[in-house]
Amino acid sequence: MKMIVAIIQPFRLEEVKEALYSADVNLITVSEVLGHGRQGGVAEIYRGHKETGNLIRKIRLEIAVNEDYVEPTIQAILAGAGTKEVGDGKIFVYDLKECVRIRTGERGTSAIG
Amino acid sequence: MRKIALSVIAFSAFIGFPLAAQSVVPAPAAVLSGGNTAWVLIATALVLFMTMPALGLFYGGLVRKKNVLSIMMQSFITIALVSFLWVTIGYSLAFSDTELIPGVLGDFKWAFFNGIGPADLSPYYISDSVGRIPHILYAMFQCMFAVITPALIIGAFAERMKFSSFLVFTVAWLLLIYIPLAHMVWSANGWLYKLGALDFAGGTVVHVNAGFAALATALYLGKRSFLKSFPPHNLPFAVIGAAMLWFGWFGFNGGSSLAADGLAASAVMTTNTAAATAALVWAVIDSFVNGKPTVLGVATGAVVGLVAITPAAGFVNVSGAIAIGAIASSICYFMVAFVKVKFGYDDSLDAFGCHGIGGLVGGMLTGVFADPAVWKAFGGSYAGSAYGNPKQLGIQAISVIVSIALAFLGSLLLLKIIDTIMGVRVDFKTEAIGLDITQHNERAYTVIE
Repeated sequence: MKMIVAIIQPFRLEEVKEALYSADVNLITVSEVLGHGRQGGVAEIYRGHKETGNLIRKIRLEIAVNEDYVEPTIQAILAGAGTKEVGDGKIFVYDLKECVRIRTGERGTSAIG
Repeated sequence: MRKIALSVIAFSAFIGFPLAAQSVVPAPAAVLSGGNTAWVLIATALVLFMTMPALGLFYGGLVRKKNVLSIMMQSFITIALVSFLWVTIGYSLAFSDTELIPGVLGDFKWAFFNGIGPADLSPYYISDSVGRIPHILYAMFQCMFAVITPALIIGAFAERMKFSSFLVFTVAWLLLIYIPLAHMVWSANGWLYKLGALDFAGGTVVHVNAGFAALATALYLGKRSFLKSFPPHNLPFAVIGAAMLWFGWFGFNGGSSLAADGLAASAVMTTNTAAATAALVWAVIDSFVNGKPTVLGVATGAVVGLVAITPAAGFVNVSGAIAIGAIASSICYFMVAFVKVKFGYDDSLDAFGCHGIGGLVGGMLTGVFADPAVWKAFGGSYAGSAYGNPKQLGIQAISVIVSIALAFLGSLLLLKIIDTIMGVRVDFKTEAIGLDITQHNERAYTVIE
């Protein structure tokens, strides 16, 4: 089991979701996060004061998958989130030790899907 | 010269009418005017609207999430506190025709509105000496000015003043600074009024006064901690608040003619023109300095224009209003974007930069652009230096300097005394947690559900 975490551009969320659904990946958690990578933040100006390097809004996806689905999920995110511009984001893949479905108490690979 | 003397004869003598003419043709007796009364009733409500919700939103949007309620609470309770003080002793001390200190402070003659009945006519009038409003209405219109003035100061000490000390400061400030200045500038016996200072709707008494008190509080309290970077938590609030201030200002300036007449219309026109010009000028400067016009910029510019036109609203023509809006906007931009940064005082929401400086610029420029043609139809003549009366500029300077001295030094002294007794600033940890939770046990926004 793996946990895939991706940081993407907010305006690509719909495309990523569609790509994931076509890859038969249907369970995701989405949150709004702030951050910036190499491109730095955007300067905001309030009454002539520049506030440099403010954090940029991003979307964070969390997707727990069984081994077979790791590569299709990565491909789907790449296809949906990529604009070939700086700031497109990153995908991180972790090992996942355990998964429990709260409703039934099922554990492991059957709990993920 | 906003308020008019208690008798027509004294007024005429003051503005230079030949007294003989008055004695040959006796002035018609004053009567209640329904039209004037209706307009000033509405204007009173418009000015109330400026303190809450307008100022609460304007200031509240500019602070951090954890302090928005503290700002709204301060604005709201100021309405309650000052209204109470006003009807009990405030109005009498500010406007009674008998005095405790000649030229400076009235007495308790009209305390609890004693002797002011619903049928009594206002002894004060501006452009219509015959068609008067009820005395009670005049006192209530003035009440709303007394309410908004201390509320404006909130912008300077936002996010770090103890609520209890704020209450004590507001009461002391109203009684010891606002009321004497209102008496000096607006009451029939006030010495600045007699000197001939022009202040149509409160450029000195309201804006210079609040603005320089704001500077005193910002300097006395010191900077907010953790002052690295914090953008406004809700810019739409601030923009809605500014738009509501613009709306309310029609009552503030238009109502200050105390009549539904051409002078009120003229004041509304100059008010709108100055606000519009100042908003445009701020956007242009923003575009040059920062590359983009900002929405907070046009909102701030409009407020600065409104502040600056306040003393001039009933004295200048359309060109004067454009000039005042443009000049005030440029100077205030420079003050908040450069001077504040250079000197490092934390006038958190620019109460000094907008109201102090805007009021100062407007007060002085009234002495330049006052056009005698405006008052021609109303039996007066007020000329600034651009219309051949250079002396007026000196009189304006005196009234502005007196306001600055009283507001700035008086506020510093009050803060020092209150600080010694009870402290004025919250401690470091309280400031870090935020005033909403620590001073009021409430939170503006829930995070979960």
